[in-house]
Amino acid sequence: MTTKFRMDDDSVVVIVGSGAGGGTLATQLALKGVKVVCLEAGARHEIEDFINDEWASFGQLAWTDMRMTSGSWRVSRNFANLPAWIVKSVGGSTTHWAGASLRFQEHEFKTKSVYGEVKGANLLDWPVTLKEMEPWYAMAEDRMGVTRTNGIPGLPGNNNFKVMEYGAKKIGYSMVHTGNMAINSQPRDGRAACQQIGFCFQGCKSGAKWSTLYAELPKGEKTGNLEVRSQCHVYKIEHDNSGKVTGVVYYDKDGKSQRQKARVVAVAGNSIETPRLLLLSASGKFSKGLANSSDQVGRNYMRHMTGSVYASFDRPVKMWRGTTMAGIIQDEAKHDPKRGFVGGYEMETLSLGVPFMAAFLDPGSWGREFTTGMEAYENMAGMWLVGEDMPQATNRITLHDKAKDKHGLPVANVHFDDHPNDIKMRDHAYARGMAVYEAAGATRFFPTTPYPSTHNLGTCRMAAKPEDGVVNAYGRSHDIKNLFISDGSQFTTGAAENPTLTIVALALRQADHIVSLMSKREI
Amino acid sequence: MEQVIRFTPQKPARREFIRASVAASVVVSAGALMNSSEAWALELKALKPETARTLIQLARDIYPHDRIATKYYAVAIKGMDAKAAGDAKFKAMLEKGVADLNGRAKKAHQRAHYESVGWEIDRVKILKSVEKTPFFQAIRGDLVVSLYNQKEVWPVFGYEGESASKGGYINRGFNDLTWL
Repeated sequence: MTTKFRMDDDSVVVIVGSGAGGGTLATQLALKGVKVVCLEAGARHEIEDFINDEWASFGQLAWTDMRMTSGSWRVSRNFANLPAWIVKSVGGSTTHWAGASLRFQEHEFKTKSVYGEVKGANLLDWPVTLKEMEPWYAMAEDRMGVTRTNGIPGLPGNNNFKVMEYGAKKIGYSMVHTGNMAINSQPRDGRAACQQIGFCFQGCKSGAKWSTLYAELPKGEKTGNLEVRSQCHVYKIEHDNSGKVTGVVYYDKDGKSQRQKARVVAVAGNSIETPRLLLLSASGKFSKGLANSSDQVGRNYMRHMTGSVYASFDRPVKMWRGTTMAGIIQDEAKHDPKRGFVGGYEMETLSLGVPFMAAFLDPGSWGREFTTGMEAYENMAGMWLVGEDMPQATNRITLHDKAKDKHGLPVANVHFDDHPNDIKMRDHAYARGMAVYEAAGATRFFPTTPYPSTHNLGTCRMAAKPEDGVVNAYGRSHDIKNLFISDGSQFTTGAAENPTLTIVALALRQADHIVSLMSKREI
Repeated sequence: MEQVIRFTPQKPARREFIRASVAASVVVSAGALMNSSEAWALELKALKPETARTLIQLARDIYPHDRIATKYYAVAIKGMDAKAAGDAKFKAMLEKGVADLNGRAKKAHQRAHYESVGWEIDRVKILKSVEKTPFFQAIRGDLVVSLYNQKEVWPVFGYEGESASKGGYINRGFNDLTWL
């Protein structure tokens, strides 16, 4: 019997979103005895529903509701209504993520102090340090079963990794391994070991990859303290005259508007929908949107400096076989301004199947230059380049002035321009990625443009001072004491690493904080 | 994807054979396109058969894969025909776009049809002159999915598709590369 809370039960914590942030927070609060209603816009697709087919899976899992784009980024030209490749399904983007689980480096929590003034960048130190985060990282790694932590062995390297490792070592890189992956290399936590299926992005059919869908939420539901309500799209957070939030209104699966009361509201809708919801919740009292006295809601949108390098060889690689991202070079992740940019980047194995390779290898291109590349597919190796991008106040989520969703609400517009530092870093990363493959005997290179964003960060950033950001060091709104942000929107800056581990660590820490505030009756 | 090509035995009926060698085996016959060498016919809902014939060549010129049979390009065009059947504006765009291609073929090469221009390089020159048009972009944008998403063409690229039902690659060569 699944728990059901009443709509007028104002003792519950309402969490919007069930991904890395929301799903973890919901489960952890439930385990600690707090009553939680987790509202998820998407449907519940379980492991057996996942499809080893890129477009079919995209149709099943991806967030394909209308969005708009602007700015000089190429995504806006090639994929004008698809700024981000993220998920609308229970488990959020933890169904789709690759599993790379890296801690941030110490300096990445204090970029303004370490990098200094970077023209056009809105850098700021986090109000939290690596030292403070370490126990939470440790808890997250244990919970997620991250390889190379807690005595868990690394995953075996696949063919794609072999090529990258060979080239990397040949050009002198030393920090090369099969990654810190939240993918079981051996059975753990009631979940199987990785079967090297190769469709990590389409939902893991073996359950070896950590996802809130099956590794967290069911544990919370088992306590009787958590109700996960799927196909419930929250469109407004309500508040009382004192400025405290009182609940949310949402469209249920039949399109009917419902009101769920709440003691606390935590928003974890990913960095596009989270600020959109705050902006949609504008009221007489909060005319610029909720939690927005700083005017920072929606600003400083970050998506990581990304790009890919594919290379073809004279013999087969079959890069699609096996764990997609179990391979990393970390030598360039450091901050070394001698390279001509601040911050660093990771190089991680990546592959796409033929359908997505066709769409993303060089969007819009055609003719034999393109098709001969596609015909080299079997002999290709691939890596993803992911590094710290600069927060900019003008990179921003806003409500579009014309486009509306199916409920008649303004859709999000995602505006993005690369910062010169992003471009310098990308050029450096392309060159180094190609050097790796050249050393392994590559016959042709494909320095591939960034895909629609998978790492969406920073649009409700943490700041020590209320005027600099939206939330405090615990993700609590500076303006509204019982409103929290629980996803990557909180990130003050982006760091070089894949964000999920940090989102989970912050959610675990936030859960403790919320319980403490509740027990002290501060919320 | 459902099988959308109807395979038919060859009919010895009246046929308008196309002169150029590139499409010599494709003939137009009462609302359908027939390909004698590959033994298939494409029944059309909205587009003129001549239009579909040009679009099939256009599709191959946009994404030329010499090891992919014409019927897979025809499958992609069949999807566009189905869309045209329910969308008069789209249909008009395709018919007009093809008429424009034929006009350019006539002007540059004195051929009545785009697909009658013999050399690919000459047809590509025509396409370069229209690649910014909504017509070309719509065809290319559709094809990049409707061609490459056909499982039947994946073996040409070596791609193996679904693997979970086979137990993944843990015992099937995820790390079988030995040439390094």
